[in-house]
Amino acid sequence: MESAPPRGAGSRFADEYADHRRRKRVYASLFGVAFLACVLAAGITAKFDVLTLVQGLPRTTEFLVKLVPPIGMATFSADVREWYWDINKWAGSLLNTLLMAWLATVLGTFIGGFLSFFAARNLAGHYLIYWTTRRVLEIARTVPDIVWALMFVIAFGIGPLAGILAITMHTIGAQGKLFAEVNENISPLPIDGVRAAGGSWFEEIRFAVLPQVLPNYLSYTFWRLELNVRSATIVGFVGAGGIGHDLFTSVQLLYFSDAGAILLIIVATIMLIDMLSERFRHSAIGKASFAH
Amino acid sequence: MTIRLADLTDADVAAERVRLPGAFAAPLREWLRFWLLWGGSAALTLYCLYRFGFLSMDFLHGVAKFTSVVVAQLFPPSGFDNLPMFLKVMGETIAMALLGTLLGATFAFPLSFVASKNMTRSRPLQFGTRRFADLLRSFDYLIWALIFVRAIGLGPLAGIMAIAIVETGTFVKLYSEAIENLDRRQIDGVTAVGGNGLQRIRFGVLPQVLPMMLSNTLYMFEHNVRSASILGIVGAGGIGFLLADRLRAYELQEACLIIIVLVVAVYAIDWLSKILRERLIGDHRRREPVDDAKQV
Repeated sequence: MESAPPRGAGSRFADEYADHRRRKRVYASLFGVAFLACVLAAGITAKFDVLTLVQGLPRTTEFLVKLVPPIGMATFSADVREWYWDINKWAGSLLNTLLMAWLATVLGTFIGGFLSFFAARNLAGHYLIYWTTRRVLEIARTVPDIVWALMFVIAFGIGPLAGILAITMHTIGAQGKLFAEVNENISPLPIDGVRAAGGSWFEEIRFAVLPQVLPNYLSYTFWRLELNVRSATIVGFVGAGGIGHDLFTSVQLLYFSDAGAILLIIVATIMLIDMLSERFRHSAIGKASFAH
Repeated sequence: MTIRLADLTDADVAAERVRLPGAFAAPLREWLRFWLLWGGSAALTLYCLYRFGFLSMDFLHGVAKFTSVVVAQLFPPSGFDNLPMFLKVMGETIAMALLGTLLGATFAFPLSFVASKNMTRSRPLQFGTRRFADLLRSFDYLIWALIFVRAIGLGPLAGIMAIAIVETGTFVKLYSEAIENLDRRQIDGVTAVGGNGLQRIRFGVLPQVLPMMLSNTLYMFEHNVRSASILGIVGAGGIGFLLADRLRAYELQEACLIIIVLVVAVYAIDWLSKILRERLIGDHRRREPVDDAKQV
């Protein structure tokens, strides 16, 4: 008359823990296998070849070394002047790049900001307006700005105008979406107030919505300006103006030291803009000096 | 003390105006700054409009040409015979994004420990690694692609390397920020029970930072599908090559089909990645986990 001893809570716990561990291990290995399969498939699809890569790396280093011409300590300033022999043209291109980014940011922010009120569920009024605006904004920002640039170059010819329009399109899409999210998070009370006092739709936006959203708008806009400077340096690759055009030509023509000089200008500009933008954004949110 | 509105005299108001000038009008300096900022911005914008030819008739001609030549000829999309080829190249684009992101994450993982203040004692080493990562990050994908196409030739490999290099920079920044924000006490706990350096990282650091790293890596993969789709413009593989080729040859209807393939693929990847993020790490954030989400 022997029966199994009653199982204690401790051993039940041990069993369940082991079970849990086993299940977790199975899931993890399944996931690992799936992941490896993905990577393998990707490697085959993209013809990833370690040999070509290893052979290419010395050439990459060679290329990078050729970007900087020999600069001697004794003849430092003369060498640098020699390196930056075309500085006037490059400085002009850089100015163009910055102004392109500025104009595209302003235009895109105004148009995107205007559309954002129709893309906010709480302000759009009609669902159809909301839905259509959202889709338009999505297309504007999903098509990469350099693709917009290719299309605008067809119509407007080679030059900064095409680049500005391309970056503007992308900015409209991005700002419209971000601003719409800001708009959706506002408090409805001031709107009710304006409506109760007999305000129109425009008065609602002006007196109830804008004061709540302007600081966030400004923060996003500084950030967008920073990103647009980056875009403005590359739309030149397809002929849409800016310093990217100079870079592209010098790389195509194998003028390595010119390419190096321009790359240095670009990197210094991007880093400077990053720093300035960060400081501006903090001060804009902190003191709201733009938003009165 | 209560003040009744009816009792207020002009003299009271004048007295308050002297006592609290800021409550009645913004100080002159604030007004000046406000108008200088806005006025300056407006003037600069007007100058730009003039400089780049927005105010000339040529601009209107361009707009007319854009609607009649580009927009009108994009539709309806055609070239459905080539659709299987487009899909295959789109697959190559996604593969480039996956491998580039993965390589970048692999390079960045060890570097991010060197770049964290709480993991590296040597300040110059830590600071130098951070700046190096910033340097990699500050060139756009297309610029790196241009360099790699020259060095290792046309094709997806150049694109993969371009993505890998930029992402190394981005991930070093993101990962090391995560590492710097971790809770010291778990590492101390592992040390207290006699764990060595590797065990401290495995049991003290990784459990804290891995979810954040995974979430950011997935997010950057999503972002890189967009980047990979344009690298072909400089010859670095992917669907961008076909797209640029068709646009330059004025085959706009086929270009339209490629754009549709691209947009649909980008949305599908976004959707998948969002599901994966939620599944894997319970990342329910609606907004991007990365502070400088570059894609939007």
